Amino acid sequence: MADIEKDLQDGVRDALAKKRRLNIVSGNTKTFLGARIEGEAFEVSGHSGIVDYDPKELVMTARCGTSIAEIESALRDANQMLAFEPPRFGTAATLGGTVACGLSGPRRPYAGSCRDHVLGCRMINGRGEILDFGGRVMKNVAGFDASRLMVGAFGTLGILLEVSFKVLPRAASSLTLVHECSDPVGYLNSLSASPLPVDAAAHVDGLCYVRLSGSDQAVSEAKQRLQGELLAGGEVFWEGLREQKLPFFDTDLPLWRIACPPASPMLDLPGHWMIDWGASQRWLKSAAETGEIRQKAMEAGGHAALFRGEGFMQPLTGTLLLLHRNLKSAFDPEGVFNHGRLCPEF
Amino acid sequence: MQVGGLDKGNIPSLVGALRARLGSEAVLTDREELAPFECDGLSVYRRRPLAVLLPSTVEEVQEILRLCGAHRVPVVARGAGTGLSGGALPLEDGVLLSLARFNRILKIDPLNRSATVQPGVRNLAISDAAAPHGLYYAPDPSSQIACTIGGNVAENSGGVHCLKYGLTVHNLLALKFVTMAGELVEIGSNAPDAQGYDLLALMTGSEGLLGVIVEATVKLLPRPERAQVILAAFGDVRRAAEAVGEVIAAGIIPAGLEMMDSLAIRAAEDFVHAGYPVGAEALLLCELDGTSAEVSEHVMTVRDLMKKSGATEVRTARDEAERRMFWKGRKSAFPAVGRISPDYYCMDGTIPRKNLPEMLDRIAQLSRQYGLRVANVFHAGDGNLHPLILFDANVPGELDKAEAFGRDILELCVEAGGTVTGEHGVGVEKLDSMCSQFEPAELAQFHAIKAAFDPHGLLNPGKGVPTLHRCAEFGAMHVHRGKLPHPELERF
Ligand SMILES: Cc1cc2nc3c(=O)[nH]c(=O)nc-3n(C[C@H](O)[C@H](O)[C@H](O)COP(=O)(O)OP(=O)(O)OC[C@H]3O[C@@H](n4cnc5c(N)ncnc54)[C@H](O)[C@@H]3O)c2cc1C
Repeated sequence: MADIEKDLQDGVRDALAKKRRLNIVSGNTKTFLGARIEGEAFEVSGHSGIVDYDPKELVMTARCGTSIAEIESALRDANQMLAFEPPRFGTAATLGGTVACGLSGPRRPYAGSCRDHVLGCRMINGRGEILDFGGRVMKNVAGFDASRLMVGAFGTLGILLEVSFKVLPRAASSLTLVHECSDPVGYLNSLSASPLPVDAAAHVDGLCYVRLSGSDQAVSEAKQRLQGELLAGGEVFWEGLREQKLPFFDTDLPLWRIACPPASPMLDLPGHWMIDWGASQRWLKSAAETGEIRQKAMEAGGHAALFRGEGFMQPLTGTLLLLHRNLKSAFDPEGVFNHGRLCPEF
Repeated sequence: MQVGGLDKGNIPSLVGALRARLGSEAVLTDREELAPFECDGLSVYRRRPLAVLLPSTVEEVQEILRLCGAHRVPVVARGAGTGLSGGALPLEDGVLLSLARFNRILKIDPLNRSATVQPGVRNLAISDAAAPHGLYYAPDPSSQIACTIGGNVAENSGGVHCLKYGLTVHNLLALKFVTMAGELVEIGSNAPDAQGYDLLALMTGSEGLLGVIVEATVKLLPRPERAQVILAAFGDVRRAAEAVGEVIAAGIIPAGLEMMDSLAIRAAEDFVHAGYPVGAEALLLCELDGTSAEVSEHVMTVRDLMKKSGATEVRTARDEAERRMFWKGRKSAFPAVGRISPDYYCMDGTIPRKNLPEMLDRIAQLSRQYGLRVANVFHAGDGNLHPLILFDANVPGELDKAEAFGRDILELCVEAGGTVTGEHGVGVEKLDSMCSQFEPAELAQFHAIKAAFDPHGLLNPGKGVPTLHRCAEFGAMHVHRGKLPHPELERF
């Protein structure tokens, strides 16, 4: 646990002066996402430690290099959690990398995404300035929402130094039901439209998995109302899904993440599917052409990302590309951070 | 003569071009016609725009922005004009673009649980349209019968149910907006977590500075099986504030957790007869929702906690009618206070919840110091305060006093590690307070974001973010990360 903010700022200023490009590296667990890039590795994981945590406030502030493991352990001690269940993809995963990649786990459709939980951040921009945005409070509309803009920006707008985020109490009770299901899209959507305390719902190899979490009463009552057998050790399944450790993910085929409106019928694409997020996120192992996959996802009102391998980001065009380019230069005019990670030209 | 870069001789030609494009009835320029548009909900600020435009199609909005861009005439977007920070205040050398005619619900999609609407659709109309499907739109600002979804997105509005269900930003799926260059941009979708920069988050709360919203798709939620509200009365504000922390510490996230102080309780009771305990110093309304079983369990827990925290009376609404009545009192608190004072000034700071008791003491001290009464109404669950400062604008100097009092409160919020606005926005009202919350480099970064969307600074200029020059003049003591420059000095 150390505060090396000044060193990091000096490092950025030095790179600016010498016109070098930096490749921001923290836990190095998500390098496989997005484009491989050039640039001098700039280590930030040393900037670590929980800065502020008062469970009654439901807010934690931690330095970017703090490991997700450390954060989750502190939260567990207070019977709280990161409700968006970020995929760690390795024990070294840090807060900064998690926020920069903006990934969320199985609870996302029911409790919100990584960006939904971010409240504020402290960062170094591409002028070498340290900036504080957002806050440590639940509601804040002073100035533009620069903090949430950092989520999923893959470090292209600056170095996250500290992030403040919302945390939630753990449910008193939680269990998983499993049953054979031939219409998973219909079934998972019917759950989302019901007031039942569902907080994760997936389907793979003909089986629907549904996690119920809430008060003891709510969970046992919901269990009576739903079909399915109790899955012993259900958490192992959800952990496997979150970390992509289930047998489904053990593959040499390209792995696609397809996000679509939850009620979309199954896309007409060859391959093997796993349905997550109440049917709004679907994993596809397929050798089909990139163009075909993207086209089908788009026709369904969604988008596709090649999760492992080059081709994560769907190319941007038109005004949307212009706004991205303008925002990049608003934060990082010299292009010092993670050049090409999100978009080939910046 | 030059007005903000504009040659005044150009105005007739711009108005003529707008009339030709939109039709005369959609371009208002007469004094009487302009009068209703002179201010928003913060009526102490008033200005008459060059013209009010009432387009009905996206193409017309694009055309307006292109024409105004070419003439370098600034544009202010307006929804229902209920904003409380002067965000929709017109500019004398600019046009006011009203979205009032964009009032259609385009699609309710019960299967994907979303609604696609034009920006001028009222907040409550979305829930009404979704109700036959057992769905509703969660963010519920007290102004929900009047305010528009475009305004809600522009302000990132909240409501009493935001503690559990989030603000506008958490319930928005997609937007279409037009840039100052007249380009139509679509962001987000019904599919979660689009790639690229999170423009949806950036647009939300951008106060009409980045683009004109012409369509929004929002998330609909299933109506909870049951909602129940608990009313707890306290003989002392501190105890009520502490009870709030106890509920959260028990692992319960209420659907809403609101607090009112004695002045607000009495005003609301006189106005709507909600059955509030008028002798109480503070009142908490705690709404619990979920399945029937869950609500029953949580009601027991919360009742116990309230009693343990020293509540003098704890009531559970007998039926749905009483539950609605309890809420009606809270939701009418602003107009109710409006009845007991010629004018009131509504503040909107947010602080970490644990500082509530101390904050309330300090507001009471300031109230004595300024000689102005304050009614406190707030979203206690998330620390968002709405002190209502009572004053009489007809008494010379009282408005200035009320504004100075307000600024002091906001400074205290920043000092406590909070923010100068939780949901009403900066507008023109809190420009000076922004100087206390942000450093020059941070403000410069905001200006750079603005320029990325609107390089000539023509969309709602002068709002939201103060110029560095203004901050230098204002000379605010910058309260850095909740730490004052001289913590050893006692400040009231
Ligand atoms: C009695 C009362 C109670 C209130 N209670 C609450 C509350 O509980 N919670 C809360 O958050 N707020 C509350 N408000 C404040 C206000 O209602 C909200 O800020 C609301 O979202 C404003 O919506 P509007 O349509 O009236 O917008 P306006 O006031 O017309 O505009 C607000 C801002 O949005 C911009 N804007 C409007 N439409 C667009 C568009 N289509 N594209 C781009 N920019 C646009 C304007 O330029 C302006 O900056 C209350 C106000 C009143 C009077």
